[in-house]
Amino acid sequence: MSKVLNALRSAFVDGVWKTFCVKWIWQGFCVNLVYKKFDKWKGWLYLAPAIVLLLVFTLWPIVNTLRMAFLNGYSSLGELGGETFEFGIQNFQKVITYAKFTSALKNTLLLCVITVPISTILALLIAVCLNAIKPLQKLLQTIFFLPYVTNSIAIGMVFAAMFNIVGNNIGAEAELIKTAGIINNILGVFGVKPVNWINAGSSYTANMTVMVIYIVWNALPFKILILLGGLQSVNKQYYEAAKIDGTPRWRVFTKITVPLLSPMIAYVVITGFIGGFKEYSSIVGIFGDTMGPVGDPRRLNTMVGYIYDALSQDYQGRASAAALMLFAIIFVVTMINLYVSKKKTHY
Amino acid sequence: MKVELQNLTKIFPSRNKKSGEEVVAVNNFTFTIPDGKLVGLLGPSGCGKSTTLYMISGLQKPTSGKIFFGDEDVTELTPENRGIGLVFQNYALYPHMTVKQNILFPLQNLKGKDRMTKDEMLNRALEAAKLVQIDDLMDRKPSELSGGQQQRVAIARALVKMPRVLLLDEPLSNLDARLRLQTREEIRRIQKETGITTIFVTHDQEEAMSISDVIVVMKLGVVQQVGKPQEIYDDPHNLFVAKFLGTPPINVFTGRVENEKLYIGNDAVLDVKGVEDKDVYVSIRPEGFSLDEKGPFICELSNVEIMGRDVSVVSKNEASLNPVIRSIINADNKVDMTSATVRYTLKPHKVFLFDKKTEERIYFEVK
Repeated sequence: MSKVLNALRSAFVDGVWKTFCVKWIWQGFCVNLVYKKFDKWKGWLYLAPAIVLLLVFTLWPIVNTLRMAFLNGYSSLGELGGETFEFGIQNFQKVITYAKFTSALKNTLLLCVITVPISTILALLIAVCLNAIKPLQKLLQTIFFLPYVTNSIAIGMVFAAMFNIVGNNIGAEAELIKTAGIINNILGVFGVKPVNWINAGSSYTANMTVMVIYIVWNALPFKILILLGGLQSVNKQYYEAAKIDGTPRWRVFTKITVPLLSPMIAYVVITGFIGGFKEYSSIVGIFGDTMGPVGDPRRLNTMVGYIYDALSQDYQGRASAAALMLFAIIFVVTMINLYVSKKKTHY
Repeated sequence: MKVELQNLTKIFPSRNKKSGEEVVAVNNFTFTIPDGKLVGLLGPSGCGKSTTLYMISGLQKPTSGKIFFGDEDVTELTPENRGIGLVFQNYALYPHMTVKQNILFPLQNLKGKDRMTKDEMLNRALEAAKLVQIDDLMDRKPSELSGGQQQRVAIARALVKMPRVLLLDEPLSNLDARLRLQTREEIRRIQKETGITTIFVTHDQEEAMSISDVIVVMKLGVVQQVGKPQEIYDDPHNLFVAKFLGTPPINVFTGRVENEKLYIGNDAVLDVKGVEDKDVYVSIRPEGFSLDEKGPFICELSNVEIMGRDVSVVSKNEASLNPVIRSIINADNKVDMTSATVRYTLKPHKVFLFDKKTEERIYFEVK
């Protein structure tokens, strides 16, 4: 021990120790510095692909939308031609005063308000029933899930065929009697006169009915899947306890199942509203890109449809303004949803 | 309410269809539970005790056999028509309801002539809450309660509709050791106060012994023995019951009987009058040993554990089936730790003989 100490002391006195130490520390520091620098950048390097994609395809479009929305009468062709645009809120003013836009807003709101509650309640009932049966559960689950994996345009075309009529309605009412659509044929069995659902001369109510049926049917699988998953994770003992207390079925459903499922229900409603406000392809599926029956194009246009139209006519300013308004609406509705669900949901 | 089980059998069909092996969870259970008693169903896991409880509750249907409440055959009745209260092992309190709502829930289900006004319901709920001493927690959610408090809420919920029979599934298994002691006293008190026939399931023999009026010991779906706790402890009918009850556990040896003398190893340890010559299992309760320098039973001394009032002498013997022999001796008796061996005489009423094949009890005359 003393030998070591002596050696150390002499090394210190000689200054050898000092030089070595300084050298080691300096080297260690340098190496560390390089590593530290690399450490700092390593994370960014690995994130780079995602960040680049986000910047190009998410952040830049958002910024650009904001820019275009607040340049009066902006059009990209005009900008290419050297035109300059003033900053202002004219785009918004124009959009709001457009009848086309207000009708699109009305259609979107109507579809949302009608389809979300219907599809949620239906999905809940179907999920509860599916959960209650043992045999064929997997098969039925698959069948109910099929719409989810099917192309919505394809479904729309099938729906269009189902609600179709033969001949046209222009002229005498008698011409409507011949019908090819399966829906009218089924209604005929019950003695209901064929209805002109989607063809030329059809009523707005008939059009909306078809849309509601289609959207509800299309929205069911996802909701059933989520709710069924929730149901299957509910502890069976709650039901056994309820059974012992002789709880009527309806009370079990309203007082136990629904509260325990409330987080899933909230999720399904919120995503349902968000999806509903973005409704577009379903209408294209049934009515084609005219967004309305023959003779009355744009009758069933939606917010997204309006934005597409404005874009295709090179009114990017107006389209951006409408997009921002859609965003604002979805944001407000989601906030309300969250607020309500926080009060009513049991987590 | 007297509860009578007649030839109760539950067979679960095999899950694997090819092997076709059925599981007999409860086999031919016949037993009458006297009115107003606290009965413990005791056994290791998988012995069918919970299945029995669920059959009494009506949540499971017996494969054969009958269940009577008093003189009424309830075998075919649904759970809600049996008038039972069931406390689940994990309590199954509705997590989205407050304590008050949980306790009120069964009352709100009542229909017809049993229907109560809101005030009546509240009074009843408060009464039940007071009985289990949770009346100051009425507005809390179950997640805001401790395990013991949740347990009380579950009992209150089961009691509030005045059941004819109260069933408890492993009522203490989710509680810590101290709370367990406290809660079992509590269950005893509540049962005494209400006088409701109570059946509870447990795998903890100490728990069963301490609070039950009657214990039913089960093994693999078959009832082994029924009786008062002390009776079962003092007079086990077979080796399983002897081994299952008592802490520290009973000491088991292989032995043989020759000329009405019991041999463990080469030591003739006890006179056993009236037993024919055969190989036997000998089990001796820890308190069945007394130190005796000239005692016939010689064991190798390992160590002595001090427990205050008593000492526990740990020793070894080749014939022992337990890794060590534990005997509880009054601390007044000094054990000579320098000695390599310890010698005992045995108290005959603490020594039980069991047939080597059937493991059934062989009785001998105690002088």
